[in-house]
Amino acid sequence: MMVYDNPDGVKIGLEIHVQLNKLNTKLFCACSTDYHNSEPNTHVCPVCLGLPGSLPVLNRRAVEFAMKVGLALNCEIVEQTQFHRKNYYYPDLPKGFQITQYDFPIASNGKVVIDGEDGEHIIRIKRAHMEEDPGKLMHIGSIEKSKGTLINYNRSGMALIEIVTEPDMRSPKEARRFLDKLRSIMEYLDVFDGDLEGAMRVDANISVMGGERVEVKNISSHKGVEKAALYEIMRQKNFVRRGGKVVLETRHFDELRGVTLSMRSKEEEHDYRYFPEPDLVPLRVADKVPEIIKTLPELPDAKRKRFKTQYGMADMHAKALTSDIKVANFYEEVAQLVDPKAAAVWVADILKGELNYRDISVDAFKVEDMAEIIRFVSSGNITERSGVEIIRTILDKGGDPASIVKEKGLVKVEENIVTKAVDETLEENPEALQDYLRGKEKSLNFLVGQVMKKTAGRSDAKTAREMLLDKIKKLSPK
Amino acid sequence: MAGWASISQIKEKIAEKSAEEVTASYLERIKKSKINAYTTVCEGAIEKAQEIDDKGHNGPLAGIPIAIKDNISTKGIYTTCSSKILQGYVPPYDAHIVERLKDAGAIILGKTNMDEFAMGTSTESSFYGPTLNPWDKERVPGGSSGGSAAVVAAGEAPVSIGSDTGGSVRCPAAFCGVVGLKPTYGTISRYGLISYANSLEQIGPLATCVSDIATLMDIIAGYDSRDSTSVKTEMVYKDALVDDVSGMKIGVPEEYFGEGIDPAVENAVWDAIQFFEELGASWEQTSLPHTSYALAAYYIIAMSEASSNLARFDGTRYGYRSEGDNWHVMASRTRAEGFGPEVKRRILLGTYALSAGYHDKYYLKALKVRTLVKKDFDIAFKKFDCLMTPTMPTPAFRIGEKVEDPLALYLADVNTVPINLAGVPSISLPCGFTDGLPIGLQIIGKHFDETTILKAAYSFEQNTDHHTRRPQEMA
Repeated sequence: MMVYDNPDGVKIGLEIHVQLNKLNTKLFCACSTDYHNSEPNTHVCPVCLGLPGSLPVLNRRAVEFAMKVGLALNCEIVEQTQFHRKNYYYPDLPKGFQITQYDFPIASNGKVVIDGEDGEHIIRIKRAHMEEDPGKLMHIGSIEKSKGTLINYNRSGMALIEIVTEPDMRSPKEARRFLDKLRSIMEYLDVFDGDLEGAMRVDANISVMGGERVEVKNISSHKGVEKAALYEIMRQKNFVRRGGKVVLETRHFDELRGVTLSMRSKEEEHDYRYFPEPDLVPLRVADKVPEIIKTLPELPDAKRKRFKTQYGMADMHAKALTSDIKVANFYEEVAQLVDPKAAAVWVADILKGELNYRDISVDAFKVEDMAEIIRFVSSGNITERSGVEIIRTILDKGGDPASIVKEKGLVKVEENIVTKAVDETLEENPEALQDYLRGKEKSLNFLVGQVMKKTAGRSDAKTAREMLLDKIKKLSPK
Repeated sequence: MAGWASISQIKEKIAEKSAEEVTASYLERIKKSKINAYTTVCEGAIEKAQEIDDKGHNGPLAGIPIAIKDNISTKGIYTTCSSKILQGYVPPYDAHIVERLKDAGAIILGKTNMDEFAMGTSTESSFYGPTLNPWDKERVPGGSSGGSAAVVAAGEAPVSIGSDTGGSVRCPAAFCGVVGLKPTYGTISRYGLISYANSLEQIGPLATCVSDIATLMDIIAGYDSRDSTSVKTEMVYKDALVDDVSGMKIGVPEEYFGEGIDPAVENAVWDAIQFFEELGASWEQTSLPHTSYALAAYYIIAMSEASSNLARFDGTRYGYRSEGDNWHVMASRTRAEGFGPEVKRRILLGTYALSAGYHDKYYLKALKVRTLVKKDFDIAFKKFDCLMTPTMPTPAFRIGEKVEDPLALYLADVNTVPINLAGVPSISLPCGFTDGLPIGLQIIGKHFDETTILKAAYSFEQNTDHHTRRPQEMA
């Protein structure tokens, strides 16, 4: 087995803030979480605005969600919840402190397996803790040109779970793979919708060759994390090569320029003066663990394994089909209707590619349509190429397979039409035929092309070629 | 019509005249007041009273005027904590107890003056200036609910609501010669009470008699889902109003008669305890050995919590706002200009106590002391039904006397803060006078056993006449 030797001694640890945005209400109040299309400061109340005298009340469902996440990440769950105040001043933080978890996170000591540089690789999860999201600062135009800063507190008080890994990722690619896996798990658990803005934010701790770690803050995409890590590794390596010594610091990732910029050295870090939140009482959760375990769905790794054995598909296909719960469910529905192996190829290799290209969800495609396309192709009514064309047409313009086939005349033409085209082609191109018979293979391609042209592409190249060869054999039996 | 009166007396007046006339007479009296006990007076109270006259109301407080401490959120009515930093703040919501009082038909006369953010024992740290003690206008009314106690003593409201973090209901009740209860932690929802030290404070009623305290408790106590520390109880406080202390075992902790106690206070309290014996109770001296550490632990915990609670006042969303080129400058200036010196002192000390390197030495240690203080009470209550002590070691002191000496002010809380650390209930009621100044007897009970202390207080009141004395102008 190939072993990755990590030549630059790269260590990456991640801190990921995941919004539990599938909750109906915020972490400590009854405000709706469905604020993404709302006017600023309309999803607020005395509690999430931190008005004097308001008090937090813990959302029990949020605790259950967090427990699900912890258990899915193979963590131990704490005996009882305990919240702390993290004190710091910032205009988006309406109370002047954030309610978070400190020395008793809801979950700790877990692990996640990813497809690493050299096969399966374990990323240890240090802890996962619950906390509230602050509001959001907004500017009119660019931050430099804006006349002032506006604050939108709709986000304030949203439930977050912060997942902290050990520095177990050895390359930017592994970091990205981990994040993809994490998102996949979160969506399997139905606690998180990754498509919503700001749903997942990442801080990456990166070091090379045993040097100090540098923290790159607040990266908003998986691709961004990979890019930031690549840049940071290069920067640190060059810095060390020139005789520099990397120091603990916090940097900011400029997504547009693809570079990291220094924000502050660690010595300037705040003293957050953590202390137990006196307005919340501990909630005993240990007894609830067995109950929550029962509610856990089949997770990506298990599903991938099952797909291979149950449907006899390649690991590559099983992986592609299980990374997104929606795709996995879609596949299984299609597999009920048609040959599962054919369905695996069509969904994993073709449909997923077309969806990714358009950056749309599998929700946009009907299970019945996929099954029908597969049926058309396997019964020989249409070509594979036509199948792809139907998918593209549905995605771009809508419609259903049968009417698209009719409209576009995609039904494979009768063999006699092809026969006719072959006869005509050979008659019209005696020189090409002679060339081929003299051993010039390329001429056959020309003749195939001519047949295709005459059938207006309704025949596939394979059929045209076979029929041409048949005819030639008959013409010059040797 | 307005003046020193019980709820039942007011009810008679309302029946005789009208809620409107009663409320109007109080507003009239407040207008003529010389004690500076209100920060806001609700002129709209008249309309509310008219409404009750017109439509009728069958709530237990229909038409009864009440005053509310200025750190309790009242929808549409200024709520400033007697601080410049909350100048102009009009809350969009009612505190839990305000909802309950309104539902019961009470008429809010206004908001009462207090030490800024409830940090004090004299009501001198208010941005609106000190409230004067109705018994002697040279003296403080106690604090921090000085306004709430003074308005009851001066007949500017028959009953009022205060809050007690380390004695802030009982101290002014003692200094002003009225009755004040600090209930068991968790009895009354704190939703809407602007936090000073969350783990210590409770809202509490003040009145001229024990019976009114029970009436108010039956309205404002009870579970509220918006306060996670609130507790479900099925208590009926009115049931505690029984004139019978026979067989009651009273403990008298020696530590509460310590250094600096005024001899007149000591005598009055001992007289009261002996009177309980005459009424059929028995008493015995006892010890709460960790009392001497309670004060330090209390101030560390209270200030630590305060330093965090008061972080939200930054001029961004409400209240006073200063100027500045950027947010940090604006927020810093707002806080520099908006908070008074005592508030700043406590924020700084609390911030220090929670800082890395000092956290364990101060904050954590204080929490340990708190556990020990609580244990003292647990042990004592295995033997006794209640404990009796002086509420305050001295009668009301002179305005300005201790302003320059914060430590002396803190020391005045020595008999009240252990009760908040333990979370047990305690009531202060008049038990005598010295040089025309009232003296308060403190009766401390077990967790959620307000019944016993209300019963003791009621029996004492039924058999003595201290509570019938009024400040000179009231007579």
